[in-house]
Amino acid sequence: MIKVRLNIFAATFIFWLILSWTLTAENIIIGAVLGICVSFLTSELFNKDAKLLKKPLRYLWFFYYIPVFLWECLKANIDGAYRVIHPSLPMRPGIVKVKTNLKSETALTFLANTLTLNPGTMTVDIDQAGGFLYVHWVDVKTDDVEKATEYIVRKFERILMRIFE
Amino acid sequence: MNSINEIIAYIFIAIGLAFDFFGCLGLVRFPDIYNRLHSSIKCVTLGTSSILFGLFLYKGFTHTGVKALLCIGFLVLTAPVSAHVLARSAHKSGVKLWEKSVCDKYAEDKK
Repeated sequence: MIKVRLNIFAATFIFWLILSWTLTAENIIIGAVLGICVSFLTSELFNKDAKLLKKPLRYLWFFYYIPVFLWECLKANIDGAYRVIHPSLPMRPGIVKVKTNLKSETALTFLANTLTLNPGTMTVDIDQAGGFLYVHWVDVKTDDVEKATEYIVRKFERILMRIFE
Repeated sequence: MNSINEIIAYIFIAIGLAFDFFGCLGLVRFPDIYNRLHSSIKCVTLGTSSILFGLFLYKGFTHTGVKALLCIGFLVLTAPVSAHVLARSAHKSGVKLWEKSVCDKYAEDKK
């Protein structure tokens, strides 16, 4: 518990110093006081996932995830802009159901957020117990669960499983 | 050196403004709340991030530029969550999908 608190304190303190950017005595004192408060208030939230931070391979996968995600995000924007300026609005919208093998809360949150910024998909709800995601899809190619999973989830699930599970 | 930085910054800001414009245009043109959320969340997230990144290039590592960089992180983490909450609460309170929508598995499973 002390270790978790120290980690949170270090993270928030460094974050505060970057945010304020000028090293003066007032900034350091305020950062230290706030860091202590935050570490006491939130240590229970981060307790269970703390062991994940120790494995360096996960960081490498995270650095692989960032460019893939940015590229998909750019494609999503160009796709969205194309649909907006096309005179006849080329869309077949619908809410489909997809499966996921991810279990932990952090991984599911990242998966849902990534899908929302991916081309044509937006997460509406998560069923954590069954491992299902309800995804609003602008251009529905199939309403079958398995095929929709292939189209939407697989690409990022592989990466996120290596980062967070 | 400085002027090249500024030119690249202006290019990023211009791209961001263009995407923001398309996002807001989608907000007007698309037929129902879910499709509107699509266009607004995607285009506005990347557009605003691009504007902030341009600001960072313009200002460099000063307190303004670094805050702009941190804001990109906050924006990318929080915008999808707000989209999810808006879509979910709209569906729960009974907002219908567009009449040309193909399927609605969420409504089928809720019954």
